[in-house]
Amino acid sequence: MENRILHSVTGLFHSADEITQAAKEVNKAGYKKFDIHTPYPVHGLEKAMKLKRSTLGYIAFILSAIGAISAILLMWWTMSVSYPLNISGKPFFSLPAFVPIMFELAVLTASVVGVVLMLTIFFRFPNHSHPLHDTEYMKAVSSDKYGMVIESDDPQFDIDKAKSFLSSIGATDIGEVYWDNNELTAKKTIFDKKFIFGLVGLAIIVSGGTYWLLNKAMFKEPFNWMMYQQKLSAQSPTTFFKDGFSMREPVEGTVARGYMPYPYPADSAVLAEKYLVNPLEPTVANLNAGKAKFNTFCSPCHDYHGTGQSRLNGQFPNPPSLQSDRVRNWKDGHIFHIITMGQNTMPSYAKTVNETERWQIVLYVRALERAMNAKLEDLK
Amino acid sequence: MSTTELTYEPSVIAGKPSLKQIDESIIKPMNEVPNKKFFIAISFTSTLLLIGAVALGFTFYRGIGLWGNNNPVGWAFDIVNFVFWVGIGHAGTLISAILFLFRQKWRTGIARFAEGMTIFAVMTAALFPAIHTGRPWLDGYLFPYPNQHTMWVNFTSPLLWDVFAVSTYFTVSFVFWYVGLIPDFATMRDRLKVNSTADKIKKKIYGFLSLGWRFSNRHWAHYEMMYLILAGFATPLVLSVHTIVSFDFAVSILPGWHATIFPPYFVAGAVFSGFAMVQNALIIIRKVFDLEYIITLDTLEKMNKIMLLTGTMVGYAYSMEFFIAWYSGHEAESFTFLNRAMGPYAWAYWIMISCNVLSPQFFWFKKLRRSIPFMFVISIFVNIGMWFERFVIVVTSLSRDFLPSSWDYYVPTLTDICILLGSFGLFFTLLLLFTRTMPVVSIAEVKAAIDGSQPTHHSIGHGEDH
Repeated sequence: MENRILHSVTGLFHSADEITQAAKEVNKAGYKKFDIHTPYPVHGLEKAMKLKRSTLGYIAFILSAIGAISAILLMWWTMSVSYPLNISGKPFFSLPAFVPIMFELAVLTASVVGVVLMLTIFFRFPNHSHPLHDTEYMKAVSSDKYGMVIESDDPQFDIDKAKSFLSSIGATDIGEVYWDNNELTAKKTIFDKKFIFGLVGLAIIVSGGTYWLLNKAMFKEPFNWMMYQQKLSAQSPTTFFKDGFSMREPVEGTVARGYMPYPYPADSAVLAEKYLVNPLEPTVANLNAGKAKFNTFCSPCHDYHGTGQSRLNGQFPNPPSLQSDRVRNWKDGHIFHIITMGQNTMPSYAKTVNETERWQIVLYVRALERAMNAKLEDLK
Repeated sequence: MSTTELTYEPSVIAGKPSLKQIDESIIKPMNEVPNKKFFIAISFTSTLLLIGAVALGFTFYRGIGLWGNNNPVGWAFDIVNFVFWVGIGHAGTLISAILFLFRQKWRTGIARFAEGMTIFAVMTAALFPAIHTGRPWLDGYLFPYPNQHTMWVNFTSPLLWDVFAVSTYFTVSFVFWYVGLIPDFATMRDRLKVNSTADKIKKKIYGFLSLGWRFSNRHWAHYEMMYLILAGFATPLVLSVHTIVSFDFAVSILPGWHATIFPPYFVAGAVFSGFAMVQNALIIIRKVFDLEYIITLDTLEKMNKIMLLTGTMVGYAYSMEFFIAWYSGHEAESFTFLNRAMGPYAWAYWIMISCNVLSPQFFWFKKLRRSIPFMFVISIFVNIGMWFERFVIVVTSLSRDFLPSSWDYYVPTLTDICILLGSFGLFFTLLLLFTRTMPVVSIAEVKAAIDGSQPTHHSIGHGEDH
């Protein structure tokens, strides 16, 4: 106990007036390393102690400016550089709409960082090892007394002088506060084994937990229900309906948009020939469109010129030539009917080429027929 | 400033308690076994909380289809409750920050409690945007962070401003509250007589939370500056929060929502409902914890005056909405307001008018303003009225918009109502736990506000320094 190091001498006062007077006296006596402890902020005391005005105001201003600027940089970069989205045709950098978030982040940064700076830099908190803690002195000033300490590292400190000074300005309960030797000798290093292991353990738990949460847990029941909900997948049956289909048959007599019902049965080409008339003129546009469709859908079997010389190498029986007199004597309606309903081995092409395209093909077939049997006057 | 004219307003604390008495009476609730009343109260509120939790569990399991909102009323109880609870929170910040800036000393007795209410109310409010997404575990997407989709949030949407406003509001209120609590935790740490292991743990906790506060005046100087800065930031912040909440409505083009009056009207309404809620809770707290001399009748009367003021502002906003609806000459707008007063939701509208506009008018009479049972009843009415205000705004406008073919009548489901009950359960359970674990009145601030706690002006000597 002998070689404990003195921290300070302490004295108590009993009213705000007394402590204010004492603060002036201690300054007059030339002490620098002194402090005053009061259970609540006493007005005017910081002036009596000759403390400098707190700089936290300027710090808060700088922090709020940093918050606002970072907010606008973030919004500018995300909204107009990284992923520009056209929202109602508004500019990518629309300042008025950014103001609310600039304000919020300015307030957030200044308040949170300001308080953290005050606690850690200005107060050096958390600090539970200060010698004043758990002393009778601290218990008094945290409740209803006003205390003054004169610290031993003051240049003009002398234990007896300091004590007699305190009693001369009206302090009672004058006492001494010593450092705790264990605290003083304890090595404070951030490379403490416990600390490092704790930190590493925390890092492993946090990163492992985050990984598990985001990459595993989110894909387990019930979080994955949306992924495995009932839905239609290509080439597989669904459970929506008993028949395994997800689409329903249309109501009987339904007519698809753009398709007129075709009134003539497959075996009544004569009727079609009688009543159907090609509505199109043999213009260049119609003929070109007809040529394109003919080459795509008809030429594999009928040949580019309609001769019936199939390109299918005998895998399919060759169709009759379109250049025969029989076909040339048909009216347009007959050819249209065969494209629509099919004939013999030829299937219906009604779903592949629409009505207009069929008539265009008919025009083109007519042009082919005329080209293969050209007369002299055609050369004009 | 001249030296001699410096006068202090009469003390806000009744009688002349010693500093030790203040410690005793504020710390007492934390050091004794709660009485029967407390257990009855907390079992009631936690039952409500449980009802809400079960309803919420069903919602998560089955989806938000359990709620009543559907076309055309796509927003209903979730946003009504959200706006209601955020509004409740605003009274706390008003009392702790705005009245602090105006040097209204009477706030000291109620500031801590009101701040606590702010935090719990904002927590309750934040629940609703979080759950209305249906899959709350994906709510992280609300915040801008570099994600694997390389996609960002839409910073030009009022709904995103809401995310920022509410989270900032919560954080700043929390920091403000905690900064105020630090010296009180230190007082509690030092006042605790360690007799048992439980006390040891208590002391550890209080010590930890006090961060080692030493009541040093070198610290108090910075502390007071920071408190002033926080109050200065919290004041525009609280105005911005409800302004942004009102933008959720005002920025859309729906008749009845698209109005420039919304921000001030919402802020006034928020303060109005918040004060009513603080009033209700304080009347009970001061009675149960014998804090009548700290939370005085004068304080309650001043709160009633603010309720009268804000209630009248809200009434003005209601009438101005009608005027603008007529003055704009906009057919849909006029229809919406006539529909509010006389349409299918007229019952809700007239509940709102009678609770919000008529009931606070009784506070013009001093006798009624100082009658505790009377103000308790009026405060409850005000809360009911303010909840219905949000209901009227949200539901009437959505249920009958431009296209008559899509009109419909919204009815909440049992799940909706249970979640609303649960929100009250959550709020009051947290509040009750707060009264037992932390000082509900700021010890340091009350000490600073009683008679004789500050130096007389002779000893400070203002004349020399100024």
